[in-house]
Amino acid sequence: MTWTPDQPIVSLRDVHKSFGTVEVLRGITLDVMKGEVICIIGPSGSGKSTLIRCINALNDIQSGSITVEGLEVNDPKLDKLSLRKKVGMVFQQYNLFPHKTVLQNVMMAPIKVLRQNRAEVEARARKLIAKVRLEGKEDAYPGELSGGQQQRVAIARSLAMNPDVMLFDEVTAALDPETVKEVLTTIKDLAADGMTCILVTHEMGFAREIADCVYFTDRGVIVESGPPATFFDNAQDPRTQQFLSQIL
Amino acid sequence: MARKTPVRGQMAVLHPMRIRADALPLADRMFNLWTLTALMLAFAAVLIAPAFAQDAAPEKPGVISILLEWTPTLAKGFGFNVLISILSMAIGTAMGVVLGVLQVSPLRPVRSIAWLVTQFFRNSPWLVLLFYCILLIPFQIEVFGTTIPFPGWIKAVLGLSLPVMAYMSEYMRGAILSIPTGQWESAESLGFSRRQIMTDVILPQTVKRVLPSWMNLYAVLTMATPLVSIIGVNDVMALTRAALSAEGRVDLLIPMYLYILSWFFIYCYPISAVTRLLERKYSVKL
Repeated sequence: MTWTPDQPIVSLRDVHKSFGTVEVLRGITLDVMKGEVICIIGPSGSGKSTLIRCINALNDIQSGSITVEGLEVNDPKLDKLSLRKKVGMVFQQYNLFPHKTVLQNVMMAPIKVLRQNRAEVEARARKLIAKVRLEGKEDAYPGELSGGQQQRVAIARSLAMNPDVMLFDEVTAALDPETVKEVLTTIKDLAADGMTCILVTHEMGFAREIADCVYFTDRGVIVESGPPATFFDNAQDPRTQQFLSQIL
Repeated sequence: MARKTPVRGQMAVLHPMRIRADALPLADRMFNLWTLTALMLAFAAVLIAPAFAQDAAPEKPGVISILLEWTPTLAKGFGFNVLISILSMAIGTAMGVVLGVLQVSPLRPVRSIAWLVTQFFRNSPWLVLLFYCILLIPFQIEVFGTTIPFPGWIKAVLGLSLPVMAYMSEYMRGAILSIPTGQWESAESLGFSRRQIMTDVILPQTVKRVLPSWMNLYAVLTMATPLVSIIGVNDVMALTRAALSAEGRVDLLIPMYLYILSWFFIYCYPISAVTRLLERKYSVKL
């Protein structure tokens, strides 16, 4: 199956996933078009993180189908590298490589994985570091940076692989309120550039501002979804209403 | 102590518990003037006391002059011990790193075999392993008509490298498993293969964690090298015995062995001191 840009870039069909006997995802279906920004919200333990980890094949699924640009993610014959070239992921705990400098962190994957020319990669890496507003920190080690700065390096590191889709797994959850903003600004810039973004987030204000579509998950199913204006102001499902009333 | 002065109206404050006592700087610990002086005096006393006893029989040379006379020979033997320890450590470390990585292999059979090999050599007496190597490895190997000899000391190096390998394997396994899984996941999501993650991301991070244990292992290995004298290698221990039998004097026994002990102490103590320093340094931050 070849993928064309008018089809969903990421498509989930009736996805089921269990850890042992615990069913975490119980039939998730959602489509993301190229350039769309979607936010997944919901109480903890509702399967949000698992959902986006499945898109990146960090977790496997028991049934259903996930496709990224037409690639069947759960196909055992899938060349994982071809998937990972298309999908970038940023984690809550940054997960930078502590033994490498900022510049090396950003350059490592394109050089080692894509085997691209070092000079070109370096030029691109420096541009990306500037893009996430960290000029001058190229030679710093992750341990010397604040959480917000580390998270922006993590974003630059992901972008260095030129992905078509970016996954953000609660990327601001470990940050203090002041630094949250600098990371969100970076993501906003990305979205404005047309990057397809799937975010798991607890930042409702941010979701309302940036998302094309908001999904609310609870106990492994999507309870409700819609554009942020209708979703936040006119939620239909009682569970959504209850959740929103607690946090807004 | 300003803190202890009671201030009117000051509330009782529960200070955070101090988990670890403040460590002394390395120099204070290692070259503490008192401990070192006491040690040296003790050595000197033991060495000199028999020498005074010798005054009764003036025709015999003093203990100290005999020790000095034998020092070049013994030093050669000690150099051999050091050489054996370095070679065993190098070979054992190289094999141990590989074995440790195999111990966390995703393939169950590989993991099991690596585990078995590690446990076998880790729980074998070093001396038995040495004997085993001596008996198992032939004196020489013929390859394409050329004869490669295997002298005893090379067999000894191999024999000692086996337990080093096993200990190293365990250290590596522990260090690899102690790296947060987030490192694996982020590298995986960047497209790294498992092998690349291991060599480029995980192993470099284990160096710091393994270093103190590795150095400690080296000190232990060095102290175990006199075992090779039992299998006929002319190390410092064998030469000491030879010297003693050549002199044929009972009063030399204790001073001479003490002399050799002090060499090992002077060689190994700084290593363990630096090890402790590194352990402290790396235990602070994750």
